[in-house]
Amino acid sequence: MPATVQKEKELIARIIAGETNLFHELIRPYERMVFLSILTMLRNDQEAEDAAQEVMINAFRYLKSFRGDAKFSTWLVTIAMNEARQRLRKAKAAQFESLDEDKEDREGDFTPAVLTDWREIPSEALEKKEMRQKLREAVELLPPIYREVLVLRDLEELNQEETAGALGIPVTLVKVRLHRARMMLQKMLAPYLRAAAPAKKGFFGRMFQ
Amino acid sequence: MTLECKNVWEHISEYLDKQLDPKLLMDIEKHLENCEVCSAILDSTRNILVLTADNRTYELPVGYSERLHARLEKVIHEPTRPENDSA
Repeated sequence: MPATVQKEKELIARIIAGETNLFHELIRPYERMVFLSILTMLRNDQEAEDAAQEVMINAFRYLKSFRGDAKFSTWLVTIAMNEARQRLRKAKAAQFESLDEDKEDREGDFTPAVLTDWREIPSEALEKKEMRQKLREAVELLPPIYREVLVLRDLEELNQEETAGALGIPVTLVKVRLHRARMMLQKMLAPYLRAAAPAKKGFFGRMFQ
Repeated sequence: MTLECKNVWEHISEYLDKQLDPKLLMDIEKHLENCEVCSAILDSTRNILVLTADNRTYELPVGYSERLHARLEKVIHEPTRPENDSA
């Protein structure tokens, strides 16, 4: 068992036994994760902060129900996604945004944008603030069922099984939705990526191979 | 087997996650070597993922952590302790 998992288990046991102050320490590594997973779903800083606080409070109140068969982080993100979904549902009527699971095949086209005259993007282009802003905007435009999968997999970097568990959907659906989410992002962001590319001949380096 | 671009696109996500079986991976690699269109799609998608995971893409509001712990501090010292709650 990894050291952090063991340490967390001990912390949790002590908190339940009455050393409640240790809860601050327990959640500190996950503050960012909880806030961002909610923010990307709710798209509002203020509400996301309020929701993140609620999530942590609930985690404290129900800490005893954490069984330790999942990672604490996964348990926490499950609570966070539930809170976000609940709030989204409440806002749905006003926003005309649907969380319906059956929309899957009616979303349409999931093919990527074909980039003609593509050049490998220099890392400086990706370093630009504007690019990060464009990405945040594009993520916000994804339908919620795709956004939540993308956020957990590519932003929080949970694995497929953890993502499936946190969202209560099968792994196969995680894969399908993740692929579609990535293709939608690629399509939305392709014009900016291309504009940022220089005129010199690039190479198609596969940097992670 | 010769893959068409469309077939490659369907597997870009699995390719990036290294989930392809060896045979398909080989076919796709082969296709990518000769296809600038698919290579560009792959590269741009990969760039987007790098950007998504970048810690600077999303920032926490100033004071978020302080406010969170201040609110927790109150809850933590309420008379009800975790074991008394029903989950």
